Amino acid sequence: MPEGTDILNALVLMTNFVFVPALAYGSQLALGALGVTLVFGILRFANFAHGDLMAFGTTIAILFTWALQAQGISFGVLPTALLALIPAIVVTAIVAIFIDKAVFTFYRRQKAAPVVFVIASVGVMFMLSAIVRFIMGTEDRRFTDGERFVVRALDFKKWSGLDEGLAIQTTQAITVVVTLIVVIALFWFLNRTRTGKAMRAYSDNEDLALLSGINPDRIVMITWIIAAALATIAGTLYGLDKSFKPFTYLQLLLPIFASAIVGGIGQPVGAVVGGFVIAFSEVMLTYAYKKFATYLVPENLEPSGLLQFLGTDYKFAISFIILVLVLLVRPTGIFKGKVL
Amino acid sequence: MTDTSLNSGPEKTEAEKTSAPVPTAIVQKRQSPWRAPFVFALMAAALVAVGMGQSWSVALAILNMSLVSALMAMGLNLQWGYAGLFNAGVMAFTALGGLAAVVVSHEPVWDALHAGGRGLALSAVIVVAIIATAAFISTQMKGRLRSFAIFVVVVVGYLVLRPVFGGAVDAVESVDPARTGFIGGLGLPIMASWLVGGIFAAAVAWLIGKVALGLRSDYLAIATLGISEIVIAVLKNEDWLARGVKNVTGLSRPVPYEVDLQQAPWFVDLVTRFNANSLQAIADQADRDAFLRQLLIEASSAFVKIAYAGLFTVVLLIILALCVRALNSPWGRMMRAIRDNEEAAAAMGKDIKARHLQIFVLGSAIIGIAGAMMTTLDGQFTPGTYNPLRFTFLVWVMVIVGGSGNNLGAVIGGFLIWFIWVEAEPAGRYIVELLSANMDPDSPLYRHLQDIAAPFRLFVMGLVLLIVLRFSPRGLLPEKVRHS
Repeated sequence: MPEGTDILNALVLMTNFVFVPALAYGSQLALGALGVTLVFGILRFANFAHGDLMAFGTTIAILFTWALQAQGISFGVLPTALLALIPAIVVTAIVAIFIDKAVFTFYRRQKAAPVVFVIASVGVMFMLSAIVRFIMGTEDRRFTDGERFVVRALDFKKWSGLDEGLAIQTTQAITVVVTLIVVIALFWFLNRTRTGKAMRAYSDNEDLALLSGINPDRIVMITWIIAAALATIAGTLYGLDKSFKPFTYLQLLLPIFASAIVGGIGQPVGAVVGGFVIAFSEVMLTYAYKKFATYLVPENLEPSGLLQFLGTDYKFAISFIILVLVLLVRPTGIFKGKVL
Repeated sequence: MTDTSLNSGPEKTEAEKTSAPVPTAIVQKRQSPWRAPFVFALMAAALVAVGMGQSWSVALAILNMSLVSALMAMGLNLQWGYAGLFNAGVMAFTALGGLAAVVVSHEPVWDALHAGGRGLALSAVIVVAIIATAAFISTQMKGRLRSFAIFVVVVVGYLVLRPVFGGAVDAVESVDPARTGFIGGLGLPIMASWLVGGIFAAAVAWLIGKVALGLRSDYLAIATLGISEIVIAVLKNEDWLARGVKNVTGLSRPVPYEVDLQQAPWFVDLVTRFNANSLQAIADQADRDAFLRQLLIEASSAFVKIAYAGLFTVVLLIILALCVRALNSPWGRMMRAIRDNEEAAAAMGKDIKARHLQIFVLGSAIIGIAGAMMTTLDGQFTPGTYNPLRFTFLVWVMVIVGGSGNNLGAVIGGFLIWFIWVEAEPAGRYIVELLSANMDPDSPLYRHLQDIAAPFRLFVMGLVLLIVLRFSPRGLLPEKVRHS
């Protein structure tokens, strides 16, 4: 039988390498998926440009961060980028509305098929990714500052007396907290306010909503503002947590779509749940459980292999294997039924 | 599309089945019969201009990749233009074609096969056994129990497979990992891989189609995009198959090597005869030899490129002829009927699902052929370079800009978009030079501007796509509607 400390060690190990990273990554995916799902629910197309909208929002946030740092303004122990988020959201929302006016409004008037919107969003994706590279170049950038850790591995070891350390980075903690706040605010907005209800009505039945005097242009505009805000927050949190590189945001689009669809596209709750489902599957299936197992089994039974289901290189592929399985088994996702 | 059921799920809804992907129902203005020849002549003129302005080497390189791109666009056009299937997985089929080039043409690595061949074969047997058992269960059981039984079979099978396969892979990859570390290929002429590339792509397309073709259009796009990422992930990480990101270089060629050409008497003779006048003008023997050597180097490189262009043109013309014939036949009429109105076509007794699968497989096969040709042209297989912007969405731009539903449109789209893709970078650099002409070369802004040239092509592509989609949604050479 493993001793009590061994079990604790194993739990701390899992928390450190699986639970905390997956929670942070899942929060980022959830925010991204919320944006995709909102655009899908209201505008009725899968927005391929969302990943690059995230990259764009992050770019603006980084520019404001630099400006603030140049002024000598910082946010204490927290990263300055959190302060920069607010002006960045404003700029990104304006750009999103401009894109809608310049590109998507035309097809909405025409009542074009959803596929035409998707192709147009591919065009927007190309242009946004070019603009991001114009501004930031293509190399990796780190823009986090302030205190790096909430809990340090060494301090934790000293405090608990265990062999395993637990480290929680500030960015991870911030990601989870900010996501919690944003999701609560969004759900409050959608369920309690007049505009939010109007959005849900519009998503549910466009004709009926128009008949009740809901202004579609206003709904569309607010959708883009929220989508841009979510994209900026998600992109900046991801950039803070990992680093900023334009190409990774295109890659991020895939797990985000997977999250939205797995949860049930058009369903905000689904987007959040889907984000965590995808993140935890990715992390848990690519984690090597060898050390975890050595704590729990008697010494003579120690496993020889790494106890890893799939190589870490298949991280992105996992989200899509899940997506394909969900599409096959339950095409409407986890939460089906009414939209928004 | 005001239908409310649009957001109810990924299955196609009644209203969508009747929607055509391109607004073909719009009554069309009469098209000049000279439009296509005119557009092609302009394209040729642009290539000649590059040849004279930049260099013939660049022009020939553009021509070769344009021919390959045209083939890719034709494959996608078959799926999108004729059947309305949103395939966002072009990249996967291109890469599978590239894999075929390695598998067919590379010499077998006998040491690796001795080390791990048996394990790999055993793994294949286990995989087949898992699939067969799962298939058997799915015919024998029903409901929850069936799902559970299949799940158990897959998990148990995986646990059995993992050590066998892992051991074989380790054995193969440890054989001279710096040079080989993979099982090699069949050692056949690389031209055979063009056909095999088509077959590989078709086989995978059949699987994907079985899984994904029932989805509504944007779900199909996301699903195929995801599957293509999975294919690339497998190619990148399964080193035993084609060395993964370590790349396979030095693939054999269907055309002679430059070095051999420069030694071949007939080629030297040909070049000498072509340049007899300018050679004779040089009095000194040593100078003349040096000049001849220079000429030979240029001519051999051009000869190789022209030889590729010839081969590619033959393939393109054969497939173009087949496509044109197929799409003017009753079969093509049926495909368009299905695209424009699935309900009516189904009412006439057409099997929509089977036809969609058929055309998805055919289009993917063409893309696979093009992928194999591209790897042949490059002489190397580099899984790390496949990214969706370049290999999926760029081909989409080609089809949309060229004119979906028109084979010649797809060809001109492939030529034009590849031309712009290549030439946008020098154009971007030129613009940057204009902008930064009077700047201090040490200033950060100047250095920053120098980086702008590369992403400029992405910007141009997006702009071209949006402009064409908005103002000429049916493309340069629109689909001919015979009966409106």
